[in-house]
Amino acid sequence: MWFLCVFYHRLLDFRKPEVEALAELFGEDESLQWRLPEHHHNDTPFHFVQLSSEEIAQNIAKRSILVKGMYELWGEGTCYEELKESIQSFPDSRKLPFLTSDSTFRISVETFGKALTFDEQKERIHSLTYIPFEGKVNLKNPDHNFFLMEMDESEESNGLPPIVQRRIFFGREVGFADRKLLPTFQLKSRTYLGPTAMDAEMAFLMANQANAASGKLVYDPFVGTGSILVSAARFGAMTMGADIDIRVVRDGRGPDCNVWSNFKQYGLPAPVALLRMDNNVPPWRSGLKEIFDAIICDPPYGVRAGGRKSGGRKILRGTVDPYTVPEDKRTGHIPSTGAYSLVECVHDLLHLAARMLVMKGRLVFFFPVLRDECGSEVKFPEHPCFKLVAVSEQILSSRYSRVLLTMVKVGPYSDEVEEAARLMHLEFRENHLKWLEEGNIHSSVFKPSTDSSQIQTESKTFKDPKPKYRGKYV
Amino acid sequence: MRLIMHNMLTCNIKGVINKSPLRIEAEKVIKKEVDFNPDFLRHMLAKIEWKALVDGARSMGYTELPVHAPGIESDEPFLRKFHHALLELNLEEGSLVCQESGRKFPVNKGVPNMLLHEKEV
Repeated sequence: MWFLCVFYHRLLDFRKPEVEALAELFGEDESLQWRLPEHHHNDTPFHFVQLSSEEIAQNIAKRSILVKGMYELWGEGTCYEELKESIQSFPDSRKLPFLTSDSTFRISVETFGKALTFDEQKERIHSLTYIPFEGKVNLKNPDHNFFLMEMDESEESNGLPPIVQRRIFFGREVGFADRKLLPTFQLKSRTYLGPTAMDAEMAFLMANQANAASGKLVYDPFVGTGSILVSAARFGAMTMGADIDIRVVRDGRGPDCNVWSNFKQYGLPAPVALLRMDNNVPPWRSGLKEIFDAIICDPPYGVRAGGRKSGGRKILRGTVDPYTVPEDKRTGHIPSTGAYSLVECVHDLLHLAARMLVMKGRLVFFFPVLRDECGSEVKFPEHPCFKLVAVSEQILSSRYSRVLLTMVKVGPYSDEVEEAARLMHLEFRENHLKWLEEGNIHSSVFKPSTDSSQIQTESKTFKDPKPKYRGKYV
Repeated sequence: MRLIMHNMLTCNIKGVINKSPLRIEAEKVIKKEVDFNPDFLRHMLAKIEWKALVDGARSMGYTELPVHAPGIESDEPFLRKFHHALLELNLEEGSLVCQESGRKFPVNKGVPNMLLHEKEV
């Protein structure tokens, strides 16, 4: 069945992948078919999607963050006469069950890129009298909610992608996103925050990409303040986290201001386990594998927070031999840590995921990219056990963005696979990260552009000097 | 630290050959209630090292677990005991000891510290 899916006009790259991930969670086996309305650009909020049932459509919409509404389309047209014809040709068997005299309904008029006065809206609602509504109107809590959506041909200035032709849709609402989650979980009111705490909306999107749900175990190897796990827990998953920094994981900022209190704040079950460990030298017992349903994380890119691994700087370089800490100084000793490049960090993450994820488990993580590379093909880290199913870019500044990668485990882990992965990692490191001299994106992001030639190239590669429509940059 | 976490850990010091579960030295154990979820428990049952779980539970003062895990059918009374041992027993203070090297990994405020010292990497 085809449904009209209207998205919130933001985080454009994240919209369809979220619906696709949730479709899989709610039982769709095949990949989804999408269709654009006539004359609409791919960035439009309006998309048609094919789903097996209304129940699945409703489940997807309710759990999503970016679906403004999922509608069963009763008719469309470029003018009200066309709309009337279209609605009248929509089979009665599909319409009448929702127009019965014992039901309540409401018709809402929504316009995109323009405003209508109350009288104009009433006029449009009254033009629909050819639809045999038998029930009573209930504006507060109707059984069935109908939407009349109107948009005109427009230039870029209304905040939407250019729409070439006036279009009107009429449909019955099947489901919509619960955006109330966002003010409830917003970081502004979170008890314990850190500099890289994940914003609530993005954390929920990540939890949706990973299909976090009740009965599943979700792991974050860079847990920090637990912001990503909070969203996974809100969707019912059991959570587990690790971090190399013990102050964040164990102490926080006090007994009422730590990772545990973040969960308590929302009445969510606390993580099943938090531990301090180094992902580079992980303490997993032999034989342990395929235990996590999803791994969701935001590895340190080295821009505002750098990754660390065991071994101080001098030890890792070989200047100093590893030393033994004297017996009396051993308790409370904080082992030195050294720089952990993004590339190595991601390789360890892929290795962890390859071994510890169940088959068809999902790995969802952010990877930074420099924006002036967007002309050339951007290559992402790969692993033989994984299939990349979604790539969503979030623009952070004129210099760089981060992409949310969603990978599904399709092949089992073995020593042979690990050897192949190690070679892939070496190839990736050699060939695809020209900006990483020592795995350091920080300098590329923060270096000042001083000479004029550089300024010229920047304006050439910066393809959209003025955002044509807001959604692309949000 | 719950036994579900303990069951996954080992000592990974350079030179240690058997990556086997650690012995628990409990100093402070508390019980925290967790919602009972049979699907989750059944999923975990297949992954858990049973002997380590039984030994771990014993060191924390819980002796009701059967010595061998049941085969295919796991009934509710068993799942309840499993649930209690796996998720509701918390080691707040204590340490995890490697059977091979004797290295102790401290557990403070419920968080185990598995970070290795400089020479151990």
